[in-house]
Amino acid sequence: MPVLKVEDIHVSFGAVSILRGVSFSLEQGKTLGVVGESGCGKSMTARALMGMTPPGGKLTGSIKLDARELIGQPERDWQDIRGKEIALVMQDPFTSLNPIMKVGHQVAEVFQLHQSMPASQAWDAAVDMLDKVGIPDPAQSAKKYPHQMSGGQRQRVVIATAFACQPKVLIADEPTTALDVTLQAQILRLVNDLQREFKTAVIFISHDIGVIAEEADEIAVFYAGQIVEQGETQQVLRNPMHPYTKALLGALPQPGKLRLDSITGQPPRFDDLPVGCSFSPRCQFKQPQCEQAPSLEWNDSRAVRCWRANELADSAKG
Amino acid sequence: MKFNWLARLGAIYLVILTLAAVLIPIFRPYDRKVGPVLASPSMQFWLGTDDKGYDILARLAYGARISLTVGISVQLIALVIGITLGIVAVYGPKWLRNVILRFTDGMFAFPDILLAIMIIGIFNDRGMRPVIIALSITAWPAVVRLVKTQAATLKDREFVVSSQALGASTFYTVTRHMLPHLVGILMAVLMVELAGTILAESALSFIGIGVQPPTPSWGNLISDAKNLMNSNPMVLFWPCLILSVTIFALNFVGDGLRAHFDPKGSEPN
Repeated sequence: MPVLKVEDIHVSFGAVSILRGVSFSLEQGKTLGVVGESGCGKSMTARALMGMTPPGGKLTGSIKLDARELIGQPERDWQDIRGKEIALVMQDPFTSLNPIMKVGHQVAEVFQLHQSMPASQAWDAAVDMLDKVGIPDPAQSAKKYPHQMSGGQRQRVVIATAFACQPKVLIADEPTTALDVTLQAQILRLVNDLQREFKTAVIFISHDIGVIAEEADEIAVFYAGQIVEQGETQQVLRNPMHPYTKALLGALPQPGKLRLDSITGQPPRFDDLPVGCSFSPRCQFKQPQCEQAPSLEWNDSRAVRCWRANELADSAKG
Repeated sequence: MKFNWLARLGAIYLVILTLAAVLIPIFRPYDRKVGPVLASPSMQFWLGTDDKGYDILARLAYGARISLTVGISVQLIALVIGITLGIVAVYGPKWLRNVILRFTDGMFAFPDILLAIMIIGIFNDRGMRPVIIALSITAWPAVVRLVKTQAATLKDREFVVSSQALGASTFYTVTRHMLPHLVGILMAVLMVELAGTILAESALSFIGIGVQPPTPSWGNLISDAKNLMNSNPMVLFWPCLILSVTIFALNFVGDGLRAHFDPKGSEPN
């Protein structure tokens, strides 16, 4: 039984829909990679799963954590879930910590909020947690302010706050994008270690398909607020079926490749979506048929939202 | 970050003023004839005596008590009202936000002194209480505006969002993560606003509806001495000097604090 089951969630602001029917499920300890360009609904998915859609946004559909339905529950219940059952690691460790609060307090806060620990006990727990995420000399480092730490250490602190209550689901929204490449690998290894230890299910959001390829068991490619292709990571990467996935992979740098392919055009604006398939204006395989919106068709463990998916997959093989 | 020297000087002056306000009236009577009428400054009466033979220094010091008590009380009340409404104006339901902000705008459109005169008119007693209430009612809109703009920017900062993502309630996020960021800017603005309140209190006393004589508030002292302007200008000079210097000092300290807490912002001027 999946720990998280998301069914057909929509987020809309008035007449404008940002998420248009996103569904996926996640097993304990597994990682789902979410890829796509900026502004395709990745971060909005993260916020929706936290019950933190911006004011004015309307969230519909179903989010089930174990058997519990989250959509429609009162804010008070969301507060119990956030940070305890579902945690979020944000992109920028330079801004996601409070600059005028000691990092130890910021980790201890989570214990105080969710386990009603007294302050001194929460502080000790925070020091242990900082030790666990590999902060050197945690007892002393807990007394530091964020500006006294490096970017990598700060992201470790952020990860400590996220894992403090051993959440069932961790949403990592571009957790390494703000870090340089050598640090990326360390931070990813840390997340992997903690994930294994706590059997956490991870939703890993990134625009970097290379990082996703290493991290994710399963991959979901987002375009214009919808999943356009989903499946087991290696299968999707080896045999992409949707033209957008193909294009994303073609844009990856590879040894011996002198020119990177790029995807022509811009992602569509949500208030001005193309008729039919959202990707069709940028698609090189466009046909008259694409004036109709394709649905996400499942075939074994693969899903793709394209009229010509089978045809294109065959031609790629042959 | 260093304070500029004007702010330091202002701070030192304010400390001396506060000490004088607390201590001098204990040792020197301010409410009876203690020497000859209109005496020149001497070792006994440092600033001389007024037309009733009262000690000018003692009366100025007691006036400082009144001014500081009124000013600080008013600012504290304005802070409590202003922070509460300012935060509600950011986090509250939309209709309530609009009510608060439009009402605040309305308050800005109304001349403060006129409103204060009106409110004082409602009360019967003529002590500090009606003055404090009237000036508090005119002082809070400035705090609401400041808190509202600051909180609105902080609300979308990632550490505030991540506090909520960790399961904190809005109240917790605001008190633990937001208000500490406002302390600096609020202190800076408080100083400048305090100057305005002290000036307003003096103005109300000067026109005779503030703290009533014979209690020597600075406004009363100026009002009493204006008839002596031609014969004994020094009696008028001292309260005017103290009032002006206090206003300057508060503004200097306010500017210094602002520069200190917001190094990228305005230069101290």
